[in-house]
Amino acid sequence: MTVGLNHFLALSAVLFSLGIYAVLTRKNAIQVLMGIELILNSANINFIAFAHYGNFGLTGQVISLFVIILAAAEAAIALAIVLNIYKQYSTVNVDEIDGLKE
Amino acid sequence: MNENILIQLSILNIILPLFGFVLLIFFGKRLPKSHLFEISTIFVGLVSSSIVSFFKLNYFEDKLIVFDFRWIDFGNVPFFGNLGINIGIQLDNVSVIMQLTVFIVSFVVHLFSIKYMEGDPRYSRYFAYLGLFTFSMLGIVLTHNFLMMYIFWELVGLSSYLLIGFWFEKKSASDAAKKAFIVNRIGDVGFFLGILILYANYHTFTFSEIFGQIAQGNLPFNSGAWLTAAGILIFCGAIGKSAQFPLHVWLPDAMEGPTPVSALIHAATMVAAGVYLVARIFVMLTADAMLVIASIGAITAFISATIAITQTDIKRVLAYSTVSQLGYMIMSLGVGSYFFAFLHLITHAFFKAGLFLGSGSVIHAMHHEQDIRFMGGLRKKLPITYYTFLIYTLAIAGIPFTSGFLSKDGILGGTLAFAKLTGYWFFPVVGFFVAMLTAFYMFRLVILTFHGEARDIHKFEHAHESPATMLIPLISLAVLSVFIFFSPNPFNIEAGWFYKWIETPKTIVPQELAFSFMINESNTSHNIIHSELYTETLHHSHSTAMILSLIMAGLGILFAFVIYQWRLISADKLSIKLQPLYNFSYNKWYFDELYSKTAVAFTLGLSNFLAWFDQKVIDGIVNGTATITRWTSFSSGKFDNRVVDGLVNWTAYVTGFFGMVFRKFQTGKVQTYLVMVLTGIIILFFIFKSL
Repeated sequence: MTVGLNHFLALSAVLFSLGIYAVLTRKNAIQVLMGIELILNSANINFIAFAHYGNFGLTGQVISLFVIILAAAEAAIALAIVLNIYKQYSTVNVDEIDGLKE
Repeated sequence: MNENILIQLSILNIILPLFGFVLLIFFGKRLPKSHLFEISTIFVGLVSSSIVSFFKLNYFEDKLIVFDFRWIDFGNVPFFGNLGINIGIQLDNVSVIMQLTVFIVSFVVHLFSIKYMEGDPRYSRYFAYLGLFTFSMLGIVLTHNFLMMYIFWELVGLSSYLLIGFWFEKKSASDAAKKAFIVNRIGDVGFFLGILILYANYHTFTFSEIFGQIAQGNLPFNSGAWLTAAGILIFCGAIGKSAQFPLHVWLPDAMEGPTPVSALIHAATMVAAGVYLVARIFVMLTADAMLVIASIGAITAFISATIAITQTDIKRVLAYSTVSQLGYMIMSLGVGSYFFAFLHLITHAFFKAGLFLGSGSVIHAMHHEQDIRFMGGLRKKLPITYYTFLIYTLAIAGIPFTSGFLSKDGILGGTLAFAKLTGYWFFPVVGFFVAMLTAFYMFRLVILTFHGEARDIHKFEHAHESPATMLIPLISLAVLSVFIFFSPNPFNIEAGWFYKWIETPKTIVPQELAFSFMINESNTSHNIIHSELYTETLHHSHSTAMILSLIMAGLGILFAFVIYQWRLISADKLSIKLQPLYNFSYNKWYFDELYSKTAVAFTLGLSNFLAWFDQKVIDGIVNGTATITRWTSFSSGKFDNRVVDGLVNWTAYVTGFFGMVFRKFQTGKVQTYLVMVLTGIIILFFIFKSL
């Protein structure tokens, strides 16, 4: 059995679902952020897989590089926000942070 | 002395009494003896009007001096062309003589009033009103157009109202004032309509312009009937002001005013305004209009003379005699003898003012007793009053050597000539009969007042001759009642200057509308405009009229003496024998009763009906509208409350309901939102997939 495009897509779908699951169910804000990283990486796998099997040149690889950069930046900002939230509420439990209701 | 100075003096004459009026009405009570100022304005006016008359009559004898200026300019009015109102004054022989007469009578009345009205609480106001009256009367006399005449006409009516009701605390006086004002107003409506007919056609109020247009054959609405109508309508004003039948009822009641007022207004000047008006429009009167005027005059003269013979109030006898004499003048104008009507106007002004002032002197002496049944024998107590009164009485009865003889005789001659030419014998018959009645009732008055024995001893004892300021007016008016001021020949007016100054104006109505004798075919003499036939007939009638009128006056005087002086026939028995006639006359032909049963009752009925209509129908409509409005508001309020508010509330409720539902979605938890986003994406995915 050779590893083909479908295997990559299935892997990325599993990774994406795990990411979504983490984002929707984890109580800890850090874990939610980790879920987001999983989602981004599942997207990266898709980009690379399509780039490898499709005839797109280097575009997929380049975009996945951008996504990695973006994810790094996002992680930095998001962690900063989480830090501030912690300062404000003394917790990182997303269930308790429902200030958006107001 | 030129024309401009005459004009300026005349304007000054008009304004002077107004000045006196204004000063007295505002400062009368604060300035002591302020009435003397008013009297002095009248005196200045008297002097200056004498000057005006002298120069006008001697140096500008045939000239019409006119002062005229555009008062209001309406500009170009659609359908009418250029419209405007000119005012101004006009000096001709008639107006300057009238002006002088007004001042003479006014002045003597002022003089007389000083003592007569002494002690009255509204002393200065009395003189103010006299000034106002003199001012308005002069306006009528001197004006050269209908509009100004109408304005002053109403002012005269106003001052007459104020003076009749001067003692307004007395109900009879205030009633009389109202009656005079309202009755006059009826005539004035006609006057105003007449003026409007003329203005609508000629677009001017000025006498000379209107007459000029008529003379060119330009008739109102191109019809002779309208000219007749205009003449008669304007004459309606004279009917009111000169107390002619059927509007004569106010004048006797007007005797409620102070006696000098009666002398000035209700005998000498104001009531003469009507005659003066007819004289002013004399040239435009058609034969039909003149016949109407003559008939009204004759009827008035007859009715009031018959009433005068039974009245017992000294002033009422004189009032009816005034009405009767005014009827004479109007009749005389109607039959075309313009000159004698005007002459009688002037002579009558003097002797009738004298009669009233004489009666004022008597009333003053008798402590305000006016009933001649309680007088008698006053000759001894009031010699000067008696003799002057006798002169006036002789004048009004038409006895030779008095002014009244000249004028009355002329009027009777005029009616006689008219009858001979046209066949209307009614006028001379009435004229001569009234002449007899006049002599009779005037001598009845003299005999009952001054002759015989005193019937009220108490009042007689206290009677005393009036002071000098009251006697001087009486004497001067008596002097003016002598023939010499009018003609050097006591039997022939044509010898005098008066005849020279007052020309009968030439009629301007088209030939077919005028009496044939009014038209002069030959144009030979500028002085006589009538046909030669008329002149000749008048000349022949003159001596007949003189003899007949003397016989009539003599008969009247004889009857008066037989009944009241020598008592050969008892007046009481005679009155019982002629009971119905006596009652008819004593009750003034029941005119007041007739009017209160008809015109007044009709007016009151109409007013009541209108009041009812106002209260029931108009108010009903208003109230109905209110009810409907209230009902509409009520239901629209309900609609507002229930339907409109219901809708609004319902919308709010629905919104609130959905809000409540959707509020549940906003939990503030990021993860819930993300679930929703994902759900949305999945739904959208399937939606777009199926498209």
